[in-house]
Amino acid sequence: MNASIAPADASASALDTVPKLLLHNARQYGSRPAFREKAFGIWQTWTWAQTKDEIEAFAVGLELLGLKAGETVAIIGDNRPHLYWAFCAAQSLGAIPVPVYQDSVADEMSYVLTHAEVKFAIVENQEQVDKVLSVAGDVGTIRKIIYNDERGLQKYDANDLVSIESLQEAGRKALKSDPAVRKAWLDGIAAGKGSDVSVVLYTSGTTGRPKGVMLTQENVVVSGRNANLFDHFTPDDTMIAYLPMAWVGDHIFSYGQAFAGALCVSCPESPETIIEDRREIGPTYFFAPPRVFENMLTQIMVRMEDAGGLKKGVFDYFLKVARRVGEPMLDGRPVSFGDRLRYRLGDLLVYGPLRNRMGFSNLRVAYTAGEAIGPELFSFFRSLGMNLKQLYGQTEASVFITLQPNGEVYPETVGKPGPDVQIKIAENGEVLFKSPGVFLRYYKNDDATAETKTADGWVHTGDAGFIDQRGHLRIIDRAKDVGRLTDGTLFAPKYIENRLKFYPEIKEAVAIGHGREFVTVLINIDLTSVGNWAERNNVIYASYQELAAHPDVYTMIEKRIDELNKSLASEEMVAGSQIRRFLILHKELDADDGELTRTQKVRRSFIADRYAPLITALYDGTKRCLIKTEVTFEDGRKGVIEGDVKIVDMKKYPPVKAAVREAAE
Amino acid sequence: MKADVQERPEVAGAAHAGSDREIGDVVLSVENVSLAFGGVKAISDVSFDIRKGEIRAIIGPNGAGKTSMLNVINGFYHPNQGTITFKGRKRSVMRPYIAASQGISRTFQNLALFKGMSTLDNIMAGRALKMRRGLLWQALHWGPALSEEIKHREAVEKIIDFLEIQHIRKAPVGKLPYGLQKRVELGRALAMEPELLLLDEPMAGMNLEEKKDMSRYILTVNDQLGTTVALIEHDMGVVMDISDRVVVLEYGRKIADGTPDEVQRDQRVIDAYLGISH
Repeated sequence: MNASIAPADASASALDTVPKLLLHNARQYGSRPAFREKAFGIWQTWTWAQTKDEIEAFAVGLELLGLKAGETVAIIGDNRPHLYWAFCAAQSLGAIPVPVYQDSVADEMSYVLTHAEVKFAIVENQEQVDKVLSVAGDVGTIRKIIYNDERGLQKYDANDLVSIESLQEAGRKALKSDPAVRKAWLDGIAAGKGSDVSVVLYTSGTTGRPKGVMLTQENVVVSGRNANLFDHFTPDDTMIAYLPMAWVGDHIFSYGQAFAGALCVSCPESPETIIEDRREIGPTYFFAPPRVFENMLTQIMVRMEDAGGLKKGVFDYFLKVARRVGEPMLDGRPVSFGDRLRYRLGDLLVYGPLRNRMGFSNLRVAYTAGEAIGPELFSFFRSLGMNLKQLYGQTEASVFITLQPNGEVYPETVGKPGPDVQIKIAENGEVLFKSPGVFLRYYKNDDATAETKTADGWVHTGDAGFIDQRGHLRIIDRAKDVGRLTDGTLFAPKYIENRLKFYPEIKEAVAIGHGREFVTVLINIDLTSVGNWAERNNVIYASYQELAAHPDVYTMIEKRIDELNKSLASEEMVAGSQIRRFLILHKELDADDGELTRTQKVRRSFIADRYAPLITALYDGTKRCLIKTEVTFEDGRKGVIEGDVKIVDMKKYPPVKAAVREAAE
Repeated sequence: MKADVQERPEVAGAAHAGSDREIGDVVLSVENVSLAFGGVKAISDVSFDIRKGEIRAIIGPNGAGKTSMLNVINGFYHPNQGTITFKGRKRSVMRPYIAASQGISRTFQNLALFKGMSTLDNIMAGRALKMRRGLLWQALHWGPALSEEIKHREAVEKIIDFLEIQHIRKAPVGKLPYGLQKRVELGRALAMEPELLLLDEPMAGMNLEEKKDMSRYILTVNDQLGTTVALIEHDMGVVMDISDRVVVLEYGRKIADGTPDEVQRDQRVIDAYLGISH
């Protein structure tokens, strides 16, 4: 027994870097698919052996171009196999890839490129080349831009640019002419250590400038391997890579986990074709933030509204069945024979086709994270037979802190600590963790490192939460966002915002109350859902602004907030933070205007500044407020939106929880 | 990296300004063309030429005869007088079929797509003239017909990729937003691999971003495929940015012809656009 375990362990410990995993996968799974990409409407596949050859040529090409160990390389673009290879190629030379959000504007990009002192930029296409060129002068360290897609670039100055293809060509030539080249490359990989810095990931910056989180090879490899073990992923599993490559989630899922477990990664044809491409690929492993699931549900419901009576009837009936027995069946709890039969029939008629429509026919595990997901939304997908689970993580942890194990999925929690992860709760309610994924440090920012990481290796998450009696972690808010009203009542803005966002009509909400007498909210309506309502009710509107100001829309939102207040009144902890006044914003919150982060999280302090007149109006009793807001269009031009915003007063309910409990007892 | 790379003009102008494309000989010339519908004179005695490889704009106020002029060029309308010389052959009347098979393709002001068909099929329709196999082979969808279809499908896929419309490949075009339909129509015109591309208000009804995209497509087609482009457009910013020469019509007459700069300074053009007090 011991003899057979020892070599396996030894080989596992030797595979402590991604380039080593590449060589291992090429040997072990050489003919199995590693990457897929749709080009000209046809899926192209690279096996692990081919992937190794591509990366090898790429790496040698980069070396010929002068890339040295320890230097940083920016990687910018949509998910493309060539860009994933760029990570591995750079790492095989000891260089450090720095992925940058592909939709960041030149100014944001300039900050990251300058801070990281990048020497080369490997980018997808002309759009990114233009952006990098426009900031190259300020950054000052960029020696060459390497691009994937040649379109539109033929007439650019060849001194600045080189294509990945020609780089690989040069690499292949060198490999062919001199066997020492290959040996040097392999030696370089063998010399790599698990403690080497593998990547610098810039956090999206909910507050202030982005910070560069440095992860080691081991962070990525072990986190990927543990996650694969947790959900039993094998080389038969496949996923679709569509989330930003600069985001830690994609880096761990589509790169760390994929290399650690030899999973297959498929890249969509374009960001607009993801739904179609997902249907064609049928991933077994899928990750999406809650809003992706929200959009799917909205689309299904909108389409069903337009369906014929029979179809609608069947759909409604079986959805009711699923709501009752779907989740118990998924968790393996006992369900009566009749219900089982009904569910099977529903699977044939409704759930199966729905899953197929969404591209989830082969799905084994799906995760959502990033934000709280509405319990109804969560249950909807689970009741259709999809194993959707939540996880909790962050960049500093190489994603995984807690995950929901199969069969132990509670919508209000984020699960149990992952393999080798320890968590504890500080006195102020903040969650701390220790894990193999704990980041090395922030790049060139020791103060922030010291603030976040304690001497004995615990990391402050900045989130407030508690561990419930089942051992599951429950997050309520950002630790520093938890505030108090003037009368001392606890105020957790995110809790209220999330509760509001669970209503389909509300897309975004910002709650205000810390240091104030009562709680107020700014609302963004959901244009899809409310727009559909408007269409059905013959409400005519020309823009978001017009619809948002419609009296009927106000009535609708008022009803929802009243519902929420009633429900808050029954929860002891938050009964005091019922919403007393609200308004619907005249424009949609947008990352281009700096109101949301690139991962679509609300930037509270920025909004407080920008909409100061509205917030004053919320507290001084006025009924209307005129507001002028500067907006940035997608092409960077600026304009002004002006609006007259109505403010509505809400009724407060007396706290009822205690009374109910007494009555029940 | 050199500092001068920062001083690039805006995207739309960039490909053009830095290009080394050549403007060749006259490929099409219109001489003394007049066209009347009954008593209404749509075009009176207009002459101008289009050189190989250039972007030629035709502008003018509403009802100036711009679309009629395009229709004369590709044979929809037959002029009462005058001649059209295309690739050295002088004709008094152009036939649409001849125009198409000789390498003139066009898009329409009010869109003329097959609304019930998918984007793919619409663009495929643009390849019809290039298909060699007959109805029977096509119906069998086998052997040479199949390999021919694969070849054409590849060409169509390249166009889809170029115009970035992968996501609507299989969507019926009637349901698409206007801006996208315009793009599909351009795709169909490109599928003919034309030497001369006639665009009738390619940017009408588009927002700024769509206009920018469309400008970029037109410039790239002109620049990389060497396609000669004649376009009618109302957005003066776009016209002045992307065209090499501009001909201005008013009430069916030519009132100016020259580079964008020359035309912009021409008093008659200013009067025609801004009005004149009598």
